[in-house]
Amino acid sequence: MSKIYFSKEHEWIEVEDDLGTVGITLYAQQQLGDIVFAEVTKLKEKVLRNDDVAVVESVKAASDIFAPVSGTVIEWNDLLDDAPETLNSDPTNSGWVFKITIDAPEELQELMDEAAYNKFIEELK
Amino acid sequence: MPQIKLDKTPLEMFHKEHGATMVEFAGYSMPLQYQLGIKGEHLHTRSKSGLFDVSHMGQIRLKGEGVLKDLESLVPSDLQGLEVGAMRYTVFTNEAGGILDDLIVTRGDGYALLVLNAASKVAGLELLQENLDCEIELMNDSALLALQGPASVKILNTLVPGVDKLFFLQSAEFTFLGSAITVSRSGYTGEDGFEVSISKSDVRKFVEALLNDPDVALVGLGARDALRLEAGLCLYGQDLSKDVTPVEASLSWVINKRRRKEGNFPGFEAIKEQLVNGIKKCRVGVSPFGKAPARAGCEIFADGGRKIGSITSGGYSPTLERPIAMGYVEEVFSKIGTEVLLSVRGKYLPARIVDLPFVSPKYFRK
Repeated sequence: MSKIYFSKEHEWIEVEDDLGTVGITLYAQQQLGDIVFAEVTKLKEKVLRNDDVAVVESVKAASDIFAPVSGTVIEWNDLLDDAPETLNSDPTNSGWVFKITIDAPEELQELMDEAAYNKFIEELK
Repeated sequence: MPQIKLDKTPLEMFHKEHGATMVEFAGYSMPLQYQLGIKGEHLHTRSKSGLFDVSHMGQIRLKGEGVLKDLESLVPSDLQGLEVGAMRYTVFTNEAGGILDDLIVTRGDGYALLVLNAASKVAGLELLQENLDCEIELMNDSALLALQGPASVKILNTLVPGVDKLFFLQSAEFTFLGSAITVSRSGYTGEDGFEVSISKSDVRKFVEALLNDPDVALVGLGARDALRLEAGLCLYGQDLSKDVTPVEASLSWVINKRRRKEGNFPGFEAIKEQLVNGIKKCRVGVSPFGKAPARAGCEIFADGGRKIGSITSGGYSPTLERPIAMGYVEEVFSKIGTEVLLSVRGKYLPARIVDLPFVSPKYFRK
């Protein structure tokens, strides 16, 4: 059984055993606008929670995507190399960004569940 | 934390009602984008017609017969040669030849109209007051709109008959609902289009009338920036500053033959020296080979690793579907076709010096 958590940086992480799949939320893609480029900066590297792992660029600006947990970035969604717009059209599914090992499972408790995240973004509006 | 109070254009409420994302720009609350989004608004402007609120810009009226001659003491362009209704792009220079602002001057009948950047309008007004002996009016009661794109002429001519007779960089008085408005065939997107100066009290009715046409879409600052970059046009504060002269900014064309000879503008000696002996750096177009945009501040290197300049404006071109940029490089590297490297997030990305603009202008010239 997988479980999904959300970060204050508007990333989601779907956890299955000690592996997490990370993407950006619907709210994040709306805020970013049309995404025209995405690249991973820390592939095959060990990162700490909140380290930047990838960059997405909209027409307007570049934004970092952070690691919601500490671990090793083991895979990048290379669909995004040719079709970065997938981050706008399907951010919670085929537009996933990277996969990371979960080295410190207790960090997951610092993240939000879906209900808490929805409340969090309501307060931002 | 004290809240900094932002200035608002007369269309503040209108923007919010139309779903704008508002941001601070030059002390103003301005629409960054509307529901269509930056890319959609950009492409709409290139294919149909985009409506921009540019009321934050400084509209200044100088009154008196000799004002253009006097104004020439602050800019390097020929203004006396302008016919009534004609407009010219120029720059204010300082004693070192550096650019204090870029502006558009229109010759009216017995007056001149100036449009200054929002961020420099207070300084510009002071400069004019210190140096000119004429009546100077900051037109705070007037809004400024731009309608840009190939369908604009048909749309505006339905509302304001006769504007289709104007050529690029020509301006004239018209009426809307019985009140005088100033319409010019100009803009900052590279498209055929118009700018309309209209009283604050009438501007909402005017934009609503324009929006009745399904080919008109509201366009925010985000798309405006990408449109002007594609057109190779400078943004003051990024591509132009007091640290560059018009010659270095590849704007020597604003200085005509008479002014090159006569001088009589701030920084003439420095600029003349550059026109005669050449320059060390200049503004160029930069085209990255890959897909990663290179933004303002990105450093430019020669093959071999020596820094030769930096990007001053850069991003993604929705029209060309690839990254584009402009910046300054040492003059010896400015030749079209020169290969350079751009430092983006620690990587050196190959790019080429290219001719500006990236997208050919569609101005309606005489």
